[in-house]
Amino acid sequence: MSIDNTKMQLGTMGRGLMGAGLVLGVGGLGATIALASMSGAAAFWKAYLFAVSCAFAICLGGLFFVMLQYITRAGWSVTVRRTAEGLAANLKWMWVLLVPLVVLVWSGNGAVLYEWADAKLVAGDVLLQKKAAYLNPTFWCIRTIAYAVVWFLLAKFYVGHSIAQDTDGDIGRTRAMQTLAPIGILLYAITQTFASIDWIMSLQPTWFSTMFGVYFFAVSCTGCFATMIVLLMVLKNAGRLGDAVSKEHFHDMGKLLFAFGVVFWAYIGFSQYMLIWYANIPVETGWFFPRQMSGWANVSWLLIIGHFALPFVVLVSRWPKRFRGIIGAIALWMVLMFVVDVYWLVMPVVPTEALVNAESYDAIKAAVNAGEVSVGWDPKLLDLTAILGTLGLVLAGWAFALRKCNLVPVRDPRLPEALAFENI
Amino acid sequence: MSSAPLQDPVVTKETAGQPWGIAAIFDSPAKIMHAAEATRAAGYRWFDCHVPFPVHGLDWAMGVKHTILPVIVFFGGLTGLLLAIVLQVFTNSIEVDLWAIVPVVGYQFEVSGKPLISAPAFVPVAFELTVLLSALTTVGGMLLLNKLPCLYHPVLKSRHLKRITDDRFVLVIESSDPAFTRADTRAFLSSLEPESIVELEA
Repeated sequence: MSIDNTKMQLGTMGRGLMGAGLVLGVGGLGATIALASMSGAAAFWKAYLFAVSCAFAICLGGLFFVMLQYITRAGWSVTVRRTAEGLAANLKWMWVLLVPLVVLVWSGNGAVLYEWADAKLVAGDVLLQKKAAYLNPTFWCIRTIAYAVVWFLLAKFYVGHSIAQDTDGDIGRTRAMQTLAPIGILLYAITQTFASIDWIMSLQPTWFSTMFGVYFFAVSCTGCFATMIVLLMVLKNAGRLGDAVSKEHFHDMGKLLFAFGVVFWAYIGFSQYMLIWYANIPVETGWFFPRQMSGWANVSWLLIIGHFALPFVVLVSRWPKRFRGIIGAIALWMVLMFVVDVYWLVMPVVPTEALVNAESYDAIKAAVNAGEVSVGWDPKLLDLTAILGTLGLVLAGWAFALRKCNLVPVRDPRLPEALAFENI
Repeated sequence: MSSAPLQDPVVTKETAGQPWGIAAIFDSPAKIMHAAEATRAAGYRWFDCHVPFPVHGLDWAMGVKHTILPVIVFFGGLTGLLLAIVLQVFTNSIEVDLWAIVPVVGYQFEVSGKPLISAPAFVPVAFELTVLLSALTTVGGMLLLNKLPCLYHPVLKSRHLKRITDDRFVLVIESSDPAFTRADTRAFLSSLEPESIVELEA
């Protein structure tokens, strides 16, 4: 089987996607800033952190997918790899989205987002003082910049070599990428873990979970694989992929989504919950309190059913993964669930005062239901505009990265293997 | 080989009585693919192909139906899940009088103040038993459906078919096939232009 690479380019569609993404991105983030004057600075930074975390999760997943193919020397995935490379390519510019956060924390105003950045609060809390060696504004900024640099370099290396191979067909590039893949995966694992701890887990600085990094890895895989299936479906339906991506590839992408986004996600999420539930130590259970109360309880149930039970039943069999309508619909649904999941991670507020002074769990619950204590259940228009903004920018960046190259790595040495791929 | 003139294949008879089956030997994957399609089209059902390496699409050409194994595994897993739940609930919290005389009481372990029936604590056992029974059903079901272990097979006995493991592709129609008659089947296999034909001894 051979492929006709003249048809497999974004062409005019690229300009359309870039335009739509940019309008959505600039419009969304602009609206967020405009709404900030109404909702307040704290709400704005929370919404921004949530939206930026989503964008990074998707694009980091793309980087992970690319390196995973090289570390395993996978043949089947060559035709879908370019789509992931487009997502990973976003990491080359997404450091821009981190600049406001770094400036905020560096300038000493981080307390609006992070309790550990509040000097007065730290002075009165022994736990926070013990953690100050790690959780302080200067070190936080240095770490965040370090992550951005590592991701920039890895994305540049993998996307650059892969696209350059389209022109020169140099197998040495594949070898170089294979050689770096183990180191790259290791760097990715460390930076992704610590980034999730620094950005999201430290929102409640007294809480800790050694599984949080792995949980965010599962979140990231969900976001990336679901987004990839949606993008591949759009390209396939527009006829930009010819026969290079067949139902065999959708079948395998479906398996990945099932494995990482449904089963692994639930496994890690439940393991984290069960260990904390069993030990029942206040400093640990505090994180789950707000997530079991008010509107967050419904969101938690939505995640259990919508992020695990429903896609599990749909994706466990063979035929739905090979049926384009079903795999496309479930991928779109999983993108939504991924966003809800990140929202559920970032947004809830732990009423520390109320927890410390409460007589019982039921007493806090009653106070929350009566509206006397806030657990942060207050969805705002701001959150929606922020997430639409960053997702728009991710789409625009993806289309920009792939605007001139082939949508399939046409001179990859393993391309014939991918074209002849069949699930047994 | 392709330039050799067409001729009737050599027919070897290993048995005087009714053969176990008749094998046709081919020298390329393409030929056995066509042969499999033709055999299916001719109405044969009890036939098999023996090849030295996996030939893509051969299952499809032979008309092999998709395996029922996943359905069996589903029920295996479901059994594990229900077993785990029932076992844990029973041993932990049962409290009945059997025939109104024999008191049956669970262990009723109280761990860190949790209720006797607490779902999160039961999940790991339920998960593991589901996985265990699914895996055992998969392996056991695979062996049963393939009729394994198979200690004797006529195809492996025949010395004429030794090259199956090297460079020959063999299609065997078994005599248990309702459409099988010795002369007709032999004539049909000849029409597929194999290298040679072997009547297999049971």
